[in-house]
Amino acid sequence: MKKRNLFLVLVFVVCIVFSGCSNNKGSSNSSNNTTSVGEGTEIELWTFNELHGKYYESMVKKWNELHQDKKIKLVISVLPYDDLHNKLLVALQSGKGAPDISDIEISKFANFLKGKPQLLPLNDVVDPEKSNVVQSRLDIYSKDGKVYGIDFHVGASVIYYNKEILDKAGVNPDDIKTWEDYKKAGKQVLEKTGVPMTTLETSDQWSIWPQVAQLEGPVDFIDENGEVNLSDPQIVNVLKYEQDLINEGIAVAAPGNGHHKEEYYGFMNNGGAASVWMPMWYMGRFVDYMPDLKGKIVIKPMPAWKEGSPRSAGMGGTGTAVTNQSKHPELAKEFLAYAKLSKEGNIEIWKQLGFDPIRSDVWDSPELREANKFTEYFGDNIFDVLLEIKDEIEGVHITEKTPQISDALKTTILYRTLVEKEDPEKVLKEAEKEIK
Amino acid sequence: MAGSEISLKNKPEYPSKQGRGFKNIFYSQKIAPYLFVLPFIFSFAIFFAYPVYSTIVMSFQEVLPGQVTFIGFENYKNLWNPTFLKAIWNSTVYTALTLLVLIPFPLLLAVFLNSKLMIAKNLFRSITFIPALTSVVVAGIIFRLIFGSQEGALLNSIVGVFGMEPKAWLNHAGTSMFALVILATWRWMGVNLLYYLAGLQNIPKELYESAEIDGASTIQKFFYITVPLLKPIIIYVFTISIYGGYSMFAESYMLYGSNRSPNDIGLTIVGYLYRNGIEQNNLGLGSAIGITLLLITFVITIIQLKFFGMFKREDS
Repeated sequence: MKKRNLFLVLVFVVCIVFSGCSNNKGSSNSSNNTTSVGEGTEIELWTFNELHGKYYESMVKKWNELHQDKKIKLVISVLPYDDLHNKLLVALQSGKGAPDISDIEISKFANFLKGKPQLLPLNDVVDPEKSNVVQSRLDIYSKDGKVYGIDFHVGASVIYYNKEILDKAGVNPDDIKTWEDYKKAGKQVLEKTGVPMTTLETSDQWSIWPQVAQLEGPVDFIDENGEVNLSDPQIVNVLKYEQDLINEGIAVAAPGNGHHKEEYYGFMNNGGAASVWMPMWYMGRFVDYMPDLKGKIVIKPMPAWKEGSPRSAGMGGTGTAVTNQSKHPELAKEFLAYAKLSKEGNIEIWKQLGFDPIRSDVWDSPELREANKFTEYFGDNIFDVLLEIKDEIEGVHITEKTPQISDALKTTILYRTLVEKEDPEKVLKEAEKEIK
Repeated sequence: MAGSEISLKNKPEYPSKQGRGFKNIFYSQKIAPYLFVLPFIFSFAIFFAYPVYSTIVMSFQEVLPGQVTFIGFENYKNLWNPTFLKAIWNSTVYTALTLLVLIPFPLLLAVFLNSKLMIAKNLFRSITFIPALTSVVVAGIIFRLIFGSQEGALLNSIVGVFGMEPKAWLNHAGTSMFALVILATWRWMGVNLLYYLAGLQNIPKELYESAEIDGASTIQKFFYITVPLLKPIIIYVFTISIYGGYSMFAESYMLYGSNRSPNDIGLTIVGYLYRNGIEQNNLGLGSAIGITLLLITFVITIIQLKFFGMFKREDS
């Protein structure tokens, strides 16, 4: 009798646990918008960014004009960030349901290179253009000499100053050369205007990562041998610097915990902070979400850790890949190369998205000097900043551990040190131990 | 059980000749029961038993697309880390708090709703049940807005009336657990209430009448008639609430808009499973977490059922 009961209970437990899980799966299936553009061979594309979606939309129109014999009907789905990566992983693991082309964000890309990559190597389209492209932007999406993703941008990190607030405080952004200068200027801004100099992300990595990657030499969260390097004394110092900024009131934790949150856009738009350092691709967010700051923002190279040290780092990125489930792999690759690798594509990436394109041979082309919504917002000299720091853009190291490090930063490390004010060294050591 | 045996023994007069073989199966005492449970056996085997089996196998493997290797207990060893312990702790606290709220309060409400003196019974019954019909996604987003950190968020403007500073509710362990428990209460109160109501309606009125004649007070009637007779229902609600608590994931996911909460204050066991298995493409470790969750709930259930004397009654 007892045994049978035990078995029944087990069966019961199993049922409930599984029905619980299956419910959850259904419910995380939140809304997605699908748009279909053009007529012809159907190619399905997933992206997690509405602006990327619009870009592909315009590129497929151009492609169809140029290639009457190879017209494409592009079906673009814009999915939420987590949804896209999870669905794509499951689809690739199970061998069913993946799109032809998908955007994959850099901190998730390593997941897709584990084991035998279920993405198609893009070498046949990338190799002919290799000499024109910033090599480090290909390396981050490569495994065993094969390239699996093409990026939009270099993602050079820069600092955006609110000139109105700086003027009120009597600070000249060109005098800020190092992070020590920045701290001093921040104090002045706080005393004169009562507004914090900047905000720091506590649930995302774009405040800490550029500062870490710009450190001289190959220092990054992962060292040059692929080992987790979180507790490196230099990284500890970076986090201590951020903690000091918060302790002195020069910085505050970003409203909504990050620079991609509605709360933050509203806060910044109302002149809530005097500056923010983010990669070049953040320009689009200013234009779209912070319209009131138009004409007030100046873009400058980031301060350096010491005078003469690098002033930027290539940050973030979206590797677009062709999956092995594509029914028209050749066409998908050709279109992808046209959209993201060709000269026209790279110029359009700048014009429409305001990204610093990965082909360095277009950086000084006249098209990049033309007026567009970004020059209207930020002024004409955007690319001068980029050309100024061209040789100072430090790279990052990406391995299979990157998704774990990125999760640790987004959940525990930044929150515990910047909000709960725990000792950075202790927190980083603990995180490193867990990830190793 | 007893009822079904009786009806099987009362064989119908239908002639059981050969040639009507197929129909005969339905009337055969030996085969019919198995035939009737067959659909369940099939769906159980395909959707439950097989997945459990393959999860157990996968928990000893490193599962990557295109290459699967056995790695022994490595996945289970990797589970011994502060984040997983935190996830277990969060799930346990959440379960305990929801039990504290969702066992006694629906019982009280059910007694009220069952009372003859109550007006607009059906209206209240529907109102308490409607939240269970809403999608977790919608509920989660609404609760995220209610508990938002802006001054204009609903809860902050309410506490503002009492002179309290606006708070970042979802950024602190205590207040975010509070939000999760409130969400669970709002959603599941009506369901548990329904179970209790069904149980209450099965209690014979005569018992109350005779108690009244003996001069029992309302409170005495509640503790000496209602509660003991509702015991099987209470045990059932208790059991499903334990699983509900431990398998909670969607609520926290929707409340934070992702599986990442500040300092992992909203991380549950299933959230940790999702993070490792799906988000970090490590299905082997994910399976090990799933099996651990299964064992935890199994052990707790055994202890709980033993404590309520469910096994003892069957034996005697």
